[in-house]
Amino acid sequence: MDVFLQTLVAGILKGGLYALIGIGMTLIMGVMGIINLAHGQLMMLAMYVTFVLNTMGVDPYVSLFIAMPLLFMLGVAIQKFLLNPLMKVETILPENQVLMTVGIGMVLTEVARFVFSSDYKYITTGYADRTFYIGNISFSVALTIAFVIALSFTAAMFWFLLKTDLGRSIRATAQDKDAATLMGVNTGRITVITFGLGSALVAAAGCLLAPVYYIFPDLGGPFTAKAFIITILGGLGSTVGAIFGGVTLGLAESMGATYFGMEYEDIVGLTIFILVLLFLPGGFKRLTKV
Amino acid sequence: MKKNLYQLILPAVLALLPMAVKSEYFLHLMILFLLWVVIGSSWNILAGYTGQVSFGHAAFFGVGAYTAGLLFQHLQVSPWWGMALGGIVAMLIGLPFGAICFPLRGAYFALASLALGEGIRHIATVAEGFTGGMMGIMIMPTFTSKAPYYYIALGLAVLSVLSIRAIINSKPGYYFVSIREDQDAAASLGIDTTLYKNISLSISAFWTGMAGALYMNYMGFIDPNVVFSLHDYSVMAILVAIVGGVGTIYGPAVGAFIMVAFQEFFRTGFFGLFDYLGKATGSPAFTALSGAVRQAHVLGFGILVIVVILYLPNGVVGDWEKIKRNVFRINPAG
Repeated sequence: MDVFLQTLVAGILKGGLYALIGIGMTLIMGVMGIINLAHGQLMMLAMYVTFVLNTMGVDPYVSLFIAMPLLFMLGVAIQKFLLNPLMKVETILPENQVLMTVGIGMVLTEVARFVFSSDYKYITTGYADRTFYIGNISFSVALTIAFVIALSFTAAMFWFLLKTDLGRSIRATAQDKDAATLMGVNTGRITVITFGLGSALVAAAGCLLAPVYYIFPDLGGPFTAKAFIITILGGLGSTVGAIFGGVTLGLAESMGATYFGMEYEDIVGLTIFILVLLFLPGGFKRLTKV
Repeated sequence: MKKNLYQLILPAVLALLPMAVKSEYFLHLMILFLLWVVIGSSWNILAGYTGQVSFGHAAFFGVGAYTAGLLFQHLQVSPWWGMALGGIVAMLIGLPFGAICFPLRGAYFALASLALGEGIRHIATVAEGFTGGMMGIMIMPTFTSKAPYYYIALGLAVLSVLSIRAIINSKPGYYFVSIREDQDAAASLGIDTTLYKNISLSISAFWTGMAGALYMNYMGFIDPNVVFSLHDYSVMAILVAIVGGVGTIYGPAVGAFIMVAFQEFFRTGFFGLFDYLGKATGSPAFTALSGAVRQAHVLGFGILVIVVILYLPNGVVGDWEKIKRNVFRINPAG
């Protein structure tokens, strides 16, 4: 029983971080209808920012406030100069923007390799491997902090999307772009802001993950894969779904790792992904309509 | 007439190349180029002509390579039998692949194919008893010289491009394009879209698998992270086709050439230009620059891809008229 509870706790804590990654992805997907295949790479970049700041003595949780604006600006630039111009051109494949994000992801990875080399980097903090106990269950301090921060970001995001003008415009654009334009929403600007926000959110996830993970240039790819598994589980464009998807993936991975073995961790995630695609296309969103 | 002449001259030049050029390094590059012609063209028939943008072609490449490797590992037969079986096994893998992915459309299809490609990599890693897991499979190459591999790769490339061209110019080819343009309209005209998507996938998987089997024979070593690599094969196949021109017969071949040439151009520091400049001027800045450029070969190609998507959305071949007009200032209208 203890093992099960421990696995459950580990899965949920990890799920909080995954949710943060997923929300950024699902926002972008909802508003622009494209998969951002550079999502994990943006997170990798944020982790390197954290790493550089850490060598200057800045705590990873403080660098959150530096990495997020930086990545926001990068996201804005990507959307403005690389993705939006593609909306006007006629091509054989409609997926041109998706393919562009592949190219961007590749460039980001290679820039990181160029600057930092392929070596694994670690961030050393006083609390990275500290744990506390509730009953027999151990909680990693760093992961718990990450979970709490991730939850508050998610809540803030909710408030933003539901209550502010800008948030309403974003939701309107996601629901029906043409109608939103007719209602006076500058949809071009909204896509730019959304990509920025998505990048900032995944940057936050990167900063939170940095103390408990190692950093290397190729880290982006696997996390992009996780991000879209989460989004598909939750349903494209659904914020509630992203939280559900994140926690589900976190749980599935830790359960898989405990009961099947470490090497099955990723297979469990992918299997769930394919099952959801086959039997519940539309994801969690279809069940709840949120 | 002029066009037919080109079509005769190019294969002839390629066929005579190993006799003229003795450099093993150069032949190695040519073999890589020809392999990418096969992979890019086969991705193109599924994505460029049938409109099913696959992010999982590494699955077929890897299955082809593993067919050759496992035949040797388990049955002690020559891995060249893999050349006969690799394509067929990849086709068989394509059937469940299609069954899972083809009910889905657009972004969902892309994601499902990506997940399946990654899934197969994980399976090959975990099934250690069968595939050797991360230890991979090692064989002794049959030939010490590169020329025989070159000819096999050339044959494979020519056959794949010609067969794909023949299919595209026949009735199924038109069905493929109609599915790409509007799947519902195609279905309403009585085209069995699932069947034709599967046919397109089978052809695509077959040639990719053949390329994989040749890779095993040529390289002599494979492991799951090499041949099932999402980045090195699934994504690269897409980029090669995009640079050359999606939905054009020779686009992927041109893209393969650009990709290999571009990366080598960087890897050798612009063919030693910076080294030469460094020696000539005696300034350490050029030598440092040369070192930097060498490391940036993938980065260079990535930037090229972004530039191509931005300014030549239909690729070098697809937008050739545009290039002629704007770069070479040739205006056919006068």
